[in-house]
Amino acid sequence: MREVKQRLARHESPKAKNTPYAGASAHFLGNHSPFPPRRPCYPSRMAGPLLSFTDRGLYCAAGDFFIDPWRPVERALVTHGHSDHARWGHGAYLATEQALPVIRHRLGEIRAEGIAYGTARRIGDVEVSFHPAGHVPGSAQIRLEHKGEVWVVSGDYKLEADGLSEPFEPIRCHTFISECTFGLPLFRWAPQQEVANQIAEWWAANRAEGKTSILAAYGLGKAQRLMSMLPALGPILTHGAVEETTRILRDQGYAIPPTIRVTAGVDAKSHPGALVIAPPSALGTPWARRFAPSDEAFASGWMALRGIRRRRGYGTGFVISDHADWPALNTAIRETGASRVFVTHGYTAPFRRWLEEQGYEAGIVQTEFGGDEAEPSEVEAQE
Amino acid sequence: MVNSTELRLWASDAAGIPLWLFEESYAVAGDLAETIARLLPPALQAADPGLDATLRRLIALTGQPEAARRAFVAEAWASLGPEERFLFNKLLTGGFRMGVSQGLMVRALAQATGEEEATLAHRLMGDWDPARITFEALVTGKGATQDTGDARPYPFALAAPLEDAPESLGPVADWLAEWKWDGIRGQLVTRPGAFALWSRGEELITDRFPEFAPLADFLPPGTVLDGEVLGWRDNAPLPFADLQKRIGRKTVPRKLLTEAPARMLAYDLLEENGQDLRPLPLSTRRARMEALLLRLPPNLPLAPSPRVAAPDWTALAAARSTARETGTEGLMLKRLTSSYHVGRKRGDWWKWKIDPYSVDAVMIYAQAGHGRRANLYTDFTFAVRDGNDLVPFAKAYSGLTDAEFAEITRWVQKHTLERFGPVRRVPPELVFELAFEGIQESPRHKSGIALRFPRMVRWRRDKTPDQIDTIDSLRALLRVAQS
Repeated sequence: MREVKQRLARHESPKAKNTPYAGASAHFLGNHSPFPPRRPCYPSRMAGPLLSFTDRGLYCAAGDFFIDPWRPVERALVTHGHSDHARWGHGAYLATEQALPVIRHRLGEIRAEGIAYGTARRIGDVEVSFHPAGHVPGSAQIRLEHKGEVWVVSGDYKLEADGLSEPFEPIRCHTFISECTFGLPLFRWAPQQEVANQIAEWWAANRAEGKTSILAAYGLGKAQRLMSMLPALGPILTHGAVEETTRILRDQGYAIPPTIRVTAGVDAKSHPGALVIAPPSALGTPWARRFAPSDEAFASGWMALRGIRRRRGYGTGFVISDHADWPALNTAIRETGASRVFVTHGYTAPFRRWLEEQGYEAGIVQTEFGGDEAEPSEVEAQE
Repeated sequence: MVNSTELRLWASDAAGIPLWLFEESYAVAGDLAETIARLLPPALQAADPGLDATLRRLIALTGQPEAARRAFVAEAWASLGPEERFLFNKLLTGGFRMGVSQGLMVRALAQATGEEEATLAHRLMGDWDPARITFEALVTGKGATQDTGDARPYPFALAAPLEDAPESLGPVADWLAEWKWDGIRGQLVTRPGAFALWSRGEELITDRFPEFAPLADFLPPGTVLDGEVLGWRDNAPLPFADLQKRIGRKTVPRKLLTEAPARMLAYDLLEENGQDLRPLPLSTRRARMEALLLRLPPNLPLAPSPRVAAPDWTALAAARSTARETGTEGLMLKRLTSSYHVGRKRGDWWKWKIDPYSVDAVMIYAQAGHGRRANLYTDFTFAVRDGNDLVPFAKAYSGLTDAEFAEITRWVQKHTLERFGPVRRVPPELVFELAFEGIQESPRHKSGIALRFPRMVRWRRDKTPDQIDTIDSLRALLRVAQS
């Protein structure tokens, strides 16, 4: 945090200017594209860094856009559809074609444009492209190139191919901005197949005892990953919040097995031995009681910590995350070839120090919360 | 056999990470055994040494040089799976325990074995050695070993806090009132060839109180007294802290013996001439105890805890209000017809404590808790005002609801000014009312005072930091407490 402030001048986000976009555009919004290749009215800063850290989020002056901003801005490049990355209120959105349907569903009427993975797009003086991050279906890292200097913003990512999300691709860059939700050596994930076996065993044991299995998981990404990685031991029922995103992703062509939305009349009797996938907030509610007798479990990287498992009173926790674990974070950073790394979202202070000791020039991107550390209470929502 | 500093060093070495990163990880996991288990690289080969063998090897490690202890621990780490490693570390750190009350454990064992609950509770007392007694002998009492049987104490009878008006207890004449002393509750056991002082935690503390040794010669064999061990000088109890200095030591230096000589004030007689008196009414036990103690020569450090006599509840309440001047925490009320029950049983024994002191203070540091409270900021440091400055004076970690701790945790995360390892400095904004049982001078603390049992009573959202108490008001309390 300290280093960042010294090296990167913090500057105010530019005020909205009522400037007509100039120049021809080859993009499908035509002359009306909010992401014009040239913005003559806003001179690029020759000496400044490619990205600066403002009170609205990451800002690229040379292209006059923000990445995953948390306050309303004119132009936002969005890495993926989770609510702490894709926020409401921006003038225009640019995201991968695969991420857009969910973003539109969540944010309603927005002005948004899709871009294919790996396609270069010129915005202002910057060449921008989106690359798979392996976090959830449609999620991306964003690569920026300006006068030969390359920055990559990781968004959220994981390295293991989950069979559903577009698998992570390492992108060479000079400066890498990496999430570090699980940036401590405490966190090491088992291979997905191993966790799938554990969950399948639990489901089968519950079914044998005449119990419904209720598995809590976040509605975008984790829920669908679970559906697709588990063997078909019985019907999969979904809470409304999960079913919506599942339907959208299935319609996009992602290979997600059939699911049944829980409505009146769908219960333990109608679907014996079922697996119910629901958001964590639904556990222990009257909604969940229709499945009695049942066994509840939570699938999250945070389940690695006994203290959290015990505090939340989950009998069973499956350790599975859509974020990189400690070895994967280190691998990903090494493979970018970057000499400078900024860390964000997670255990930023220790992770920055660790990277510095490994010989990187390392800094912290301060988040909206003012703290430099997103702890479980905050992070769990975005997993 | 292995201290936690050694474990941290060995583990961070084995994990190939710097010590500071180990400490950061520990602060997040909140459990040393778990931290180590998660940080070590996967086991090289699987081994299943069994609990009994592991414990024996661990015990044999005591007193070995560091190299030998380290080699054993490293070998175990390298050969155990993650779950086994976690349990091994728990055994190593002495943290292998579950929070089950003794009463519940005894009841479960009684149901499982068909033994009488009270009998079983008594058999489980004392410091029997699992390596030298079988489970069978322990629970059935058959073939109980000679070396532990003789000095074994009885299960302590405990009192419940009195929440209703004392008038609800009926006529005052049905009750024995005595001071609730602030010392160490203990049982003094003399049996043929055995003399022992047990703390309520069933720890043998005979050697910490050499001044009681002469009692072995004067108390008839087959006598068990329940009482309070106190530091005592000039006919008055010393503050608990003076006694506390003696508890942590294996042997007590002469200086402490003269500065804080110990005395036992006896509450009850549980055994006389080898006969178990517990079923008899308190009035009988008490009379026999007073008679027994009267027969002792003078100048022994043992006397009955005086009765507090009063014609009615109003007079007794007035006596209770002077508790602080007598150096006590209030009154104990025991029904004169009551037997000496096992554990906490409501109805016959009540503690009627005086209201605690209280102070409004502001939080200045927060630290995450451990175990179930890992990742939750629950341990706070508080300050009072000293002119324009704030002076830290107490730490507390209990008294709030889970919801309040969660809310404060979010606040701490957003308002951290500085980090010192697991500790966060926060702006002095949140005001809490703290309660505490006693106040003492303490040269070790910056504020010059130390509180006894500080805890949070409530979060004073209605107060701002300029409305908190001052160090002068605490010093005034200290002067009252000392006089």
